[in-house]
Amino acid sequence: MKISVIITLKKDVLDPQGKVIQQTLDGMGFNDINEVRQGKYFEIDTKENDPKKAKDKVEEMCKKLLANLVIENYKIIEV
Amino acid sequence: MKSSVITFPGSNCDRDMDVALKQFGFKNKMVWHNDAEIPKSDLVVLPGGFSYGDYLRCGSMASKSKIMNSVINFAKSGGLVMGICNGFQILVETGLVPGVLLRNKYLEFICKNVFVKINDKKNTYFKNINKDIVEFHIAHNEGNYFCTKDQIKEIEDNHQIAINYCNKDGIIEDQFNPNGSIKNIAGIFNKEKNVLGMMPHPERMIDSSLSGEDGSLFFKNLINNLK
Repeated sequence: MKISVIITLKKDVLDPQGKVIQQTLDGMGFNDINEVRQGKYFEIDTKENDPKKAKDKVEEMCKKLLANLVIENYKIIEV
Repeated sequence: MKSSVITFPGSNCDRDMDVALKQFGFKNKMVWHNDAEIPKSDLVVLPGGFSYGDYLRCGSMASKSKIMNSVINFAKSGGLVMGICNGFQILVETGLVPGVLLRNKYLEFICKNVFVKINDKKNTYFKNINKDIVEFHIAHNEGNYFCTKDQIKEIEDNHQIAINYCNKDGIIEDQFNPNGSIKNIAGIFNKEKNVLGMMPHPERMIDSSLSGEDGSLFFKNLINNLK
């Protein structure tokens, strides 16, 4: 089964790239943006077909490698 | 004194470190990331570079390398482990030192000499060094030290800040902060101070004809402290 993971920066962490993207969008005429935060997206295709087990495994992957919990949050989504 | 420098795929300061360590009397061995055990060492160095192409987060892949189990055990048993630049990024990813290194505040790769002030001399790395402000070289894209408010309090309470970016007179201010690091932090220790992570490269300052010699001072002092 396929599981996707979205990694986002925590609220207090500075995101200079997001800020530059926002400024560029603003320059292009998208003037009503409050904030842009850049993150990461993963699609994991696993042999595990039990949704609960698969999610637990992916959660372990997030904690051990995919996210750095000092600065990032993760969200696991079944596809 | 015996030292080991770990080479990861993408390390590029490993040979410079080898040259520096040997120049000041270390018997150094190069160790491949896929080896299981580090040789008997008084000092283990994680060198600078771009291990695993900086994929995912700088240092994150290297921190899970086979050799790192042995390095982590060595550090936890009190062995000296020093991470320079990418080595520092690897150290934070292992959790041996607190915090993380974010993208530089102004999104620029920085390559220049900087002054740093030695904040703590009650440790093997800086004990007896006869200068408070040294000139080292930095070259990084992700050197913006960050940690949570609780962590920074703990780090300060335990005197874990090793060096801060400053000017030549030792003044630590925002304008002398190249990358946006919290409190101008350029390097920090673990609680026990046997593990040191720092962005500056002392190994690039060991030749009077090419650079300053504050790196020489650092390595000479380090090997004397180990004897």
